[in-house]
Amino acid sequence: MSYVLIVGAKSDIAKEVARTYAKNGYNLYLAARNVTSLEDLAIDIRTRSGVEVHLKELDITEYEIHQDFYDSLEERPLGVVTVSGYMAEQKEAQVEWAKSLNTINVNYTGTVSFLNIVANDFEKERRGFIVGVSSVAGDRGRKANYIYGSAKAGFSAYLGGLRNRLYESGVQVLTVKPGFVNTAMTKELDLPEKLIAQPLEVAEDIFKAQQNGGNVLYTKWIWRYIMFIISHIPEFIFKKMSI
Amino acid sequence: MKLNSWGMYPKVDSMTHELSDDTKLKEYLESCDECISYGNGRSYGDSALSANIVHTKPHDFFLDFDDAKGLLHVQSGVLLSEILESYVPRGWFLMVTPGTKLITVGGSIASDVHGKNHHTEGCFSSCVLEFNMMLEDGSVKNVKSGTELFKATCGGMGLTGIILDAKIQLKKIHSQYIKQTTIKTKNLRETFRAFDKYKDEPYSVAWIDCLAKGDDIGKCLLMVGDFDTKGDLDYKPKSKLNIPFNFPSFALNNLSVKAFNWLYYAKAPNGESKQRVGIDSFFYPLDSIKNWNRIYGKGGFTQYQFILPLEVSYDGLQEILGLISASGKGSFLAVLKLYGKKNDNYLSFPIEGYSLALDFKIEKGLFELLDQLDEVVVRLGGRIYLTKDVRVSKDTFESGYEDIEKFRAYRKKQKMDTKFHSLQSKRVQI
Repeated sequence: MSYVLIVGAKSDIAKEVARTYAKNGYNLYLAARNVTSLEDLAIDIRTRSGVEVHLKELDITEYEIHQDFYDSLEERPLGVVTVSGYMAEQKEAQVEWAKSLNTINVNYTGTVSFLNIVANDFEKERRGFIVGVSSVAGDRGRKANYIYGSAKAGFSAYLGGLRNRLYESGVQVLTVKPGFVNTAMTKELDLPEKLIAQPLEVAEDIFKAQQNGGNVLYTKWIWRYIMFIISHIPEFIFKKMSI
Repeated sequence: MKLNSWGMYPKVDSMTHELSDDTKLKEYLESCDECISYGNGRSYGDSALSANIVHTKPHDFFLDFDDAKGLLHVQSGVLLSEILESYVPRGWFLMVTPGTKLITVGGSIASDVHGKNHHTEGCFSSCVLEFNMMLEDGSVKNVKSGTELFKATCGGMGLTGIILDAKIQLKKIHSQYIKQTTIKTKNLRETFRAFDKYKDEPYSVAWIDCLAKGDDIGKCLLMVGDFDTKGDLDYKPKSKLNIPFNFPSFALNNLSVKAFNWLYYAKAPNGESKQRVGIDSFFYPLDSIKNWNRIYGKGGFTQYQFILPLEVSYDGLQEILGLISASGKGSFLAVLKLYGKKNDNYLSFPIEGYSLALDFKIEKGLFELLDQLDEVVVRLGGRIYLTKDVRVSKDTFESGYEDIEKFRAYRKKQKMDTKFHSLQSKRVQI
């Protein structure tokens, strides 16, 4: 059975995405930094689903090794899901350049570097799928997290362009925009309960949208409408708001 | 954060510790005065509620499976539904499963749950070989079947420690289908006869019409069956119907319950009939409706489940069904079952006899009615199921559980009685 490569495999969303693809019979490459910490998850997935799971060391911000990394995979993956994400505290990121830079590199630059390589290969092979997990935060910059949001905005635009380019080659590109998800990233935030998705829900939405040839997925679905409204608030009002 | 269990009553302010690794849990236990473990929130009342909870569901790794023996090692937050998804297609099923698969393995042990095959296989603990748990002092103990700590923990409502992982025995199946016989009875006498006639069938349960009056009291649909030996194992859980919001409180009145019971009862053919049904519809009919607890409205509901010793079951049920019917308080679902022998665990619910489980919307006058039912249960030497309970008194609870003093003494001796408390354990002073 085909392999799916999950980049940024240590996140809570990635864990459920991995389980969901495995449950449906796909073998997995799980790529992350300090990947040995994923050994328990690898055992979990093998035990649950009986598929092959390989752990791969990868730092998404080390651009120069991306090509070698991709070439070293035993079998070319049928699909790639990038879940890499880093959200520094906005107030810290706006005064500490290192945190801003890391936010941009993990969410945008590194992922672009990696997906360029994947896209070139898939385009040549005329098959495959790319799932990029972006964020609703990229739909409009807000003072609460615009550094993270701007990196995700760039990533969403990148995925849109990639989808346009790869359409002719029959390669699917799915942009995923989660709203609030109950993960380590959001644990400290006080969020409205009804809008929070569980990582498993997000993973199931992603799998379904990918299998159905989807383009842009908001999860939970209600975020499509929330963000539509937020995006359409006139700037002269929006700039005075705190949301 | 406001936290509640399946009955949505009560709702309490609660701080959560997400269970991840042992070191963090140990630190947490050192820092916290009092807590209780909380799995998937499917116990009905207040047995997993406290000012602080250890949320075990995120602790959900599968650790090992021995294909030759059917022996599965999982962390305590794994849901029974996840086990089914993985292992039914490979020909394995849970030896013991309750009427919902949406509960954790840890919760199954702490409640020592049982199912339609209690009369043949006993409680969940009979398929548990061993487990690891963290005690109050932060030490991790391996607990083997048959030991005193095992007997205190299975059915012990989380009051002995936090279960971390468990080894459970699965059973071999050859088909995802169950050959079911449905028997429609006209009164309690016929129902008892039918249970007796089919006592060798591995699975049995009856849905009973609680609003029937007079001669009709105790009329039911008894469903018995066993796994087919033929068929496939291509098990895919059904997609779910959802109840997206709490129903307004008038939705579930006497009339609508009557209509529901009537429809369910009426659609079954008279006498005996045969069906071939899937795992989900045989074992987990209500799981297919996500959030079905919302039909009782935002005030919540409780399930009253008691069991009576076999020799007094018939008279006791006549009396209790009479009281319920006279009260006119609706029960959406009433489940009757004949249980097998009791096990050695101190607080496991089942004893040999008939058990009845009924749902009631929380409303004025309800607790008075339940107190009335308690009197009958106590008089006849029966007991109440803690996993469903939210209101039973200390005296009523104690009268039914003859091993309660053993449990208390053991907890005290092992110094397990300072940290782990639930609202329920405080109420009934376990």
